[in-house]
Amino acid sequence: MEAMVKGRTLYDKIWDNHLIQSENDTSLIYIDRHLVHEVTSPQAFEGLRESGRQVRAPNKTIAVPDHNVATTSDRLTNFGSEEGRIQLETLDKNARDFGIHYYSVDDIRQGIVHIIGPEQGWTLPGMTIVCGDSHTATHGAFGALAHGIGTSEVEHVLATQTLIQQKSKNMKVEVSGDVGNGVTAKDITLTIIGKTGTAGGTGHVIEYCGNAIESLSMEGRMTVCNMAIEGGARAGLIAPDQKTLDYVKGRPHSPKGEKWDKAVKFWKTLFSDPDAYFDKEIFLKAEDIAPVVTWGTSPEDVLPITDYVPSPDNFQGSKVEAAKRSLEYMGLRPGQKLQDIEVDAVFIGSCTNGRIEDLREVEKIVKGKKVKSGIRAMVVPGSGLVKKQAEEEGIANSLKEAGFDWRMPGCSMCLAMNPDQLLPEERCAATSNRNFEGRQGRGGRTHLMSPAMAAAAAITGRLTDVRDI
Amino acid sequence: MEKFNILEGIAAPMPLINIDTDMLIPKQFLKTIKRTGLGENLFFEMRYDQNGDEIKDFILNNEHYSKASIIVGGANFGCGSSREHAPWALKDFGIKCIISTSFADIFFNNCFKNGILPIVVSEDLHQRLLQDAEMETTSIMKIDLENQKIIRNNGDELDFEVDEFKKYCLLNGLDDIGLTLKSVEKISSFEKEYSDKYSWS
Repeated sequence: MEAMVKGRTLYDKIWDNHLIQSENDTSLIYIDRHLVHEVTSPQAFEGLRESGRQVRAPNKTIAVPDHNVATTSDRLTNFGSEEGRIQLETLDKNARDFGIHYYSVDDIRQGIVHIIGPEQGWTLPGMTIVCGDSHTATHGAFGALAHGIGTSEVEHVLATQTLIQQKSKNMKVEVSGDVGNGVTAKDITLTIIGKTGTAGGTGHVIEYCGNAIESLSMEGRMTVCNMAIEGGARAGLIAPDQKTLDYVKGRPHSPKGEKWDKAVKFWKTLFSDPDAYFDKEIFLKAEDIAPVVTWGTSPEDVLPITDYVPSPDNFQGSKVEAAKRSLEYMGLRPGQKLQDIEVDAVFIGSCTNGRIEDLREVEKIVKGKKVKSGIRAMVVPGSGLVKKQAEEEGIANSLKEAGFDWRMPGCSMCLAMNPDQLLPEERCAATSNRNFEGRQGRGGRTHLMSPAMAAAAAITGRLTDVRDI
Repeated sequence: MEKFNILEGIAAPMPLINIDTDMLIPKQFLKTIKRTGLGENLFFEMRYDQNGDEIKDFILNNEHYSKASIIVGGANFGCGSSREHAPWALKDFGIKCIISTSFADIFFNNCFKNGILPIVVSEDLHQRLLQDAEMETTSIMKIDLENQKIIRNNGDELDFEVDEFKKYCLLNGLDDIGLTLKSVEKISSFEKEYSDKYSWS
């Protein structure tokens, strides 16, 4: 093939740096970090044992239990279920047998895998990062190529430190201008999915850019990239800048001294060239983005909080049936004012919104107020260190005084694998990432939104425009 | 892995779009440390009511379609969680092929690793195959991977695309890891060069 001299995207650059070999469309790429949790790894380790293979790079492999762990204070002895206990014990044994890095459930550094990767400095710009979890896209906030893989691929990475891949296409999502009052990273990422649809990014890696993205903190950028998968993209990423360096510097596993200087020099080359080609481009104006909520059972079912429940007739093709089904499942009528929808539960946490900044946002809304009586409101910090920091900053106290249940770290009610679940027809304002049928418990009804909006819902007992609080 | 060459079986129509992996296998079944035994819980919440009884009008509870080995599914099939438990459950139930207009990335890859063939077809072909699947009499289809053909009950042959490497692995029932380890020297030399250059990684 004729070599074409043209600019490369950030994704192209990271890809090229990790390409070991390529034949036809199939490539072998090198993996810098492999994050492992208890739910999608047992069968992979079993596979290694059966074939007598070792973990190729134990020093690049990091394990932590998060999906299944109980969030109650007695969780070291009370596992919620016997199967859950066996799964945790299995991870513990696998981590020790194969000599990989491990944060056990009694370690203060334990937490949601996508929160502790950045927190501990494992996540660095320019890296390839994989995990048997679709929300691995989170790490893209650092300008790393990060995506979820299945358990067979987990085994493949454990055994070879590589992944068989086909290169994705490049997609740019540019959000320009300044966001208005009450609009957060979550509103930005949900609005993008509302616009592109849940399959809009399929086959692509999204680069988020524009000054509304640049203005976000690292926490906000992680929220944006986290939900790239909900837009169907393989990964989402944001070019590293000074904020990225400031976040990474001094973390336990980030480079120090001479290595730091060398790394920074390299990281500064990680951006899309001005003449780089994107297969697909989406442009949004920040001032058009409002605080949003989801009304249906797909993350693309997004509307501004000031809007009304849509009618299935507003849609076309197969979405008509899907919308009918969603409304029935959600117990909603077309034309209902979103702000009139009453909630029974509030869940604040997850790899989307379980970081310190999210908890600070919640505190701003609820401090000195009370959770409406009858509402079950739960806060699950993303890691033991987030929890500790929130306790030191007085956030935990404010939230507890307001009536929130302050829990131990884990994935919790985002996927409801542990006992934190919704009851049938229970309606929840959630800061998590998926509103699928049954996601938070069979028959449970999930409305996705930002931490500030979920906090506002906790106070008023209904979906609420945070700008009115 | 089991080899895939020619499959002849009943296709079940599931036109709903965005069938996610939570629907395919809900979280309470992810606590297993095994790959097997998930088939009875495939589509759990659509398939069984709160008492654990079969929901009559769910397609895979129909006597004819309960023997399906093919699903003609709606767009964006397999979206959501990366859980490989979804293809494990499908395979355990007996599903070996899924036909849709689009698939979510991770699920698509996971299928191939488990001997399941996901086929992407155009909107037009999809409509025709859905109609075939909806009638018991025309719901039996043949999938010829080697020749990349879907053979309808009326004898019509429809071509489909499949990645060459993935096809090769399915046809031969090959394990990726074994294949990759053939390049172990290449990996080692890449790794050395890489860690010299990016010493912090």
